[in-house]
Amino acid sequence: MSAAISTAAAPVTTAAEEKVAVATQLQLTWWRFRRHKVAVASGVIVLFFYLVAVLADFLATNDPYATLAARSYIPPQEIHWFDADGSFRPHVFALEGKRDMKTFRLVYVADPEDKRYLELFVDGYPYRLLGLFETNLHLLGLDRGAPEEALFLLGTDQLGRDFWSRLVLATRTSLFIGLAGVAISLFLGVLLGGISGMYGGWIDTVIQRVIEILRSIPTIPLWMGLAAALPATWSVLQVYLAITVIISLIGWTELARVVRGRFLSLREEDFVMAAELAGASQLRIIFRHMVPSFLSHIIAAVSLALPAMIISETTLSFLGLGLRPPAISWGVLLQDAQNIQALAIAPWLLMAAIPVIVVILAFNFLGDGLRDAADPYG
Amino acid sequence: MTAEPQTILEVEGLRKWFPISRGLLRRVVGHVRAVDDVTFSIKHGETLSLVGESGCGKTTTSRCILRALTPTDGAIRFRTETGEQVDVAKLPKAGLRPLRRQMQMIFQDPFSSLNPRMTITDIIAEPLLVNGVRDLETRRRRVRELLDLVQLPAAYMNRFPHAFSGGQRQRIGIARALALNPALIVADEPVSALDVSVQAQVVNLLLDLQDRLGLSYLFVAHDLSVVKHVSDRVAVMYVGKIVELAPTADLFTRPRHPYTEALLSAVPVPDPRRRTGRIVPLGEVADPANPPSGCHFHPRCRYAVERCRVEIPALRPMADDHLARCHLAEELNLAGVQEGHPPATT
Repeated sequence: MSAAISTAAAPVTTAAEEKVAVATQLQLTWWRFRRHKVAVASGVIVLFFYLVAVLADFLATNDPYATLAARSYIPPQEIHWFDADGSFRPHVFALEGKRDMKTFRLVYVADPEDKRYLELFVDGYPYRLLGLFETNLHLLGLDRGAPEEALFLLGTDQLGRDFWSRLVLATRTSLFIGLAGVAISLFLGVLLGGISGMYGGWIDTVIQRVIEILRSIPTIPLWMGLAAALPATWSVLQVYLAITVIISLIGWTELARVVRGRFLSLREEDFVMAAELAGASQLRIIFRHMVPSFLSHIIAAVSLALPAMIISETTLSFLGLGLRPPAISWGVLLQDAQNIQALAIAPWLLMAAIPVIVVILAFNFLGDGLRDAADPYG
Repeated sequence: MTAEPQTILEVEGLRKWFPISRGLLRRVVGHVRAVDDVTFSIKHGETLSLVGESGCGKTTTSRCILRALTPTDGAIRFRTETGEQVDVAKLPKAGLRPLRRQMQMIFQDPFSSLNPRMTITDIIAEPLLVNGVRDLETRRRRVRELLDLVQLPAAYMNRFPHAFSGGQRQRIGIARALALNPALIVADEPVSALDVSVQAQVVNLLLDLQDRLGLSYLFVAHDLSVVKHVSDRVAVMYVGKIVELAPTADLFTRPRHPYTEALLSAVPVPDPRRRTGRIVPLGEVADPANPPSGCHFHPRCRYAVERCRVEIPALRPMADDHLARCHLAEELNLAGVQEGHPPATT
């Protein structure tokens, strides 16, 4: 037995090898994620959207609630980038609304003589930045003009509200309702899934049957029922919270199953048994050995659950069951684009679907990339 | 070591039956008799090997001894450092902790036995930490010592398991098992997941550690050439029962049970010119949920007579320390392994 080859000889490793050898789980995941170009791009898009959501009021050009009959259904304004002398001075032409005496529609005619220049960091309607600082600073605006001659990047709706500003504020509502919903789902899912997987037996059977029953209920009728049960006297905020809870009622089941599955498979892992044989407490085994092993899976599951939440909110609001005006969300905006009359006269209202599609796609690619990267050993 | 080694572990009538439940109400309709009446003992400094096919109950036996599983019946008497005997099988869960440090386990799979999210230091030091060694520097010193003991460079301390090969990981697993200075090590197929060349290194390391630290091993394996190399005595298991238990040389040269003969004939001989007379038992391994009547091996045994079908044979003593569970043990002259062919691992 003295013939055993000693592996204790001085190790010869390059700096790069050493870097990999002492890399933590997080680093390995990040290195692998970085190679997935589509996922990285999607991550940037998602971050961009959340940035827009946080700075919504700053990016809005007009008060999203301000109605004015005189500017109903203005089409998206054309921006002219160069002045007559060729210098770079973005501007729009002032609009003049005229009633078409045949159709009685308001027709807007641009006046090339009356230029309104775009300016950065202008004063506008007052708001609270991040809910903290009172300010009226906005990123973009016109140098002068009456309210009805303001900047309408994406046109206006029937009540003359600026569509760009409304879309930006809707982004905030829709993205954060997803976060809140996922947070509730995550809590319920990890708690119930963990209990189910860790203890097994009859408690597992009960939780699994509840999940199956919840998942077998058709979601739209369930949501309709629950949404109809919300008192009409509730404020927008109360409805918002109630809708979040309703959506996450279904959402937690998926996460609970993921967590249960991970617990079941980890319970059988040798390293868990080794810890048990060493005399480690149950708490230590769960939080030191099991949870870190499936945390990455949870992150991936969450990034896939978020778009489902956003779609749910949009669907509910589109059907008139979710958020109601005066709340602004993507679903509420799309609701305005429901009838053919609105579409025929103001097709730009359909643009509310674009951010929905982009965000959902980005989230899905991001979730895929995270899931692939989460398990560097798999 | 004392002149007359004491037994460190006595297993008596060990049973582990897993219930089979069916239907909505989970009614118990039968039992899988994974381990059924197993009796053996291990002396201080001795290596006892448990061999057998997959599903014969050898892993279940080893897990019962460590109380990773609670036995259905039987006694597992472990002699502690202080010399008193404790029945591990009947101890409440809470009372197990002081015993845990005296018997440890080496796992089969070097990949799943190390937590991929922990550094080598954290892995090896975990038994120390959970057993009250609070001081970080003490733990790190002990880890360095242990790494040296298993012949790994201390420079690897901060690495994660993914940076190691199978053999190195197994050494880390051994270091972890040794952290608390145990007296008994249960090694569940410690080398079967490794390359042959690495197997030899790890087996020799285990033998070396036994010499130095006076360890006792319960060595679970199915590779007979490894078993021959490491063990003092060998127990052969078939469908939850020990069918033969004998000193290694004795068992290999003169098996007393037809099943042992069949196992031995399957050991590959490293000589291409030699034709081996491999004895392949008829049919499949018996189902432990529904074992055959009489001797469990009789449907596959080429020597079976009428008596084997009806009467369950007892584990009877043969000559010098040799036990066999066969009615015909005295009459049969079974073929062992021819000498002159050293096992591949030496």
